[in-house]
Amino acid sequence: MSTQRSFFNRRLHSLLGVIPVGFFLIEHLYTNYHITGGKESFVESVNWLWGIPILLVLEVLFIFLPLMYHGIYGLYIAFRADNNVSQFGTFRNIMFMLQRVTGVITLIFVLWHIWQTRVQVAIYGWTSTQLADQTVAIMSNNIWLIVYMVGLLCAVFHFCNGMWSFLVSWGVTVGPRSQTISTYIWGAVFVAMSFVGIRTILAFASLG
Amino acid sequence: MSEQRTIRLIVTRQDDPDSRPYQEEFRIPYRQNMNVISAFMEIQRNPVNAAGEKVRPIQWESNCLEEVCGACSMVINGRPRQACSALIDKLEQPIRISPMNTFPVIRDLIVDRGRMFDALKRVKAWIPIDGSHDLGPGPRQSQEESDWRYELSKCMTCGVCLQACPNVNNSSDFMGPFIVGQVNLFNAHPTGALNKDERTSALIGEGGLQECGNSQNCVQACPKGIPLTTSIAIMNRESTRFVLKKWLSF
Ligand code: FES
Repeated sequence: MSTQRSFFNRRLHSLLGVIPVGFFLIEHLYTNYHITGGKESFVESVNWLWGIPILLVLEVLFIFLPLMYHGIYGLYIAFRADNNVSQFGTFRNIMFMLQRVTGVITLIFVLWHIWQTRVQVAIYGWTSTQLADQTVAIMSNNIWLIVYMVGLLCAVFHFCNGMWSFLVSWGVTVGPRSQTISTYIWGAVFVAMSFVGIRTILAFASLG
Repeated sequence: MSEQRTIRLIVTRQDDPDSRPYQEEFRIPYRQNMNVISAFMEIQRNPVNAAGEKVRPIQWESNCLEEVCGACSMVINGRPRQACSALIDKLEQPIRISPMNTFPVIRDLIVDRGRMFDALKRVKAWIPIDGSHDLGPGPRQSQEESDWRYELSKCMTCGVCLQACPNVNNSSDFMGPFIVGQVNLFNAHPTGALNKDERTSALIGEGGLQECGNSQNCVQACPKGIPLTTSIAIMNRESTRFVLKKWLSF
């Protein structure tokens, strides 16, 4: 009898990508979107978040650790694939390749982003207003602006295409028709989330 | 008399399992309605390469010559497919032919697809009905069920889906897309369903179903048009259910 360890690991990787990592992405984009209503609105929603009790424990347990598992096991998956888009230039095969490429970029970006924001907050004890100002300073730099846009698009793509894949991997969308409909739905979600994210980034930049 | 038309073939060859592959070009006289196999036969008759040197004839496997045995699978102009149904008139020239290198190459275009047969044994891709006494007639199947199973039963173990899949390679132990279709085939049979947990359990073992990354190349490449990705999703659903049942009932 063979073991079922890799099945378990792979399914855990898939699940954690959605709950909690995917949910956190949506929540994060939503909170930051407040900046489009002005700095005060953003500061207010950050303060609300920071008011959650035992926040650090929750952050580590329900965001950081699942994210790291998803990221590290994801690297293992990504680098084991032998991409062959040049022979099979089909839509799904290109998505398969992009899912791996965006995953790697997102992981690097997110680690940097955590360092540049969350860790700095912890080290220097920034207030939410200072955090807003620092973020404005980052986004006012054109290079960082581009880095953040690329990081955002990769993260959102990885989430949306990952959701498509998640639904297949758990046996929710089975036939080709449901999978095609799912492609359109997640395509639309990708556009919507990208719009929200890009607007947020530009709103930060415009305050600089 | 008009000039003699020729066919250009560039073949990736290998003398034995351990030697390095190399390319050799051949030019053979054109005839109507040739396929890749008959082009190889032409080379066998007159084993001279494009440089005019006498070489060992190309080695390949073929059997049915009507795309039902799967023996003649190879990569033709970048696509894994059967050589017997690859018509020269429909191929762009020079025709580039190489072995399906996802498998160990034995010689020239001959590969060892043994791992596929090992996988079939691992997942018990059969229905155990042997016994010392008459078991009587099996349960009836609906037309719909049997139509679905008929599609899955077309698999000829040719290996094309393994060659097409980005997750079947040296650093992965994935048994290949075909195996999922086969488990689906036997699990969907009313008598075969009696052993369905055994098969599902083997299917989610190391190198199993979980290695699929949904590139869906298999369903594009399958010469028999087997709905492999549908089978994969069906088995994903079955194994989710199987695992939950197992964990909740220890
Ligand atoms: S010889 Fe049987 S499939 Fe080509």
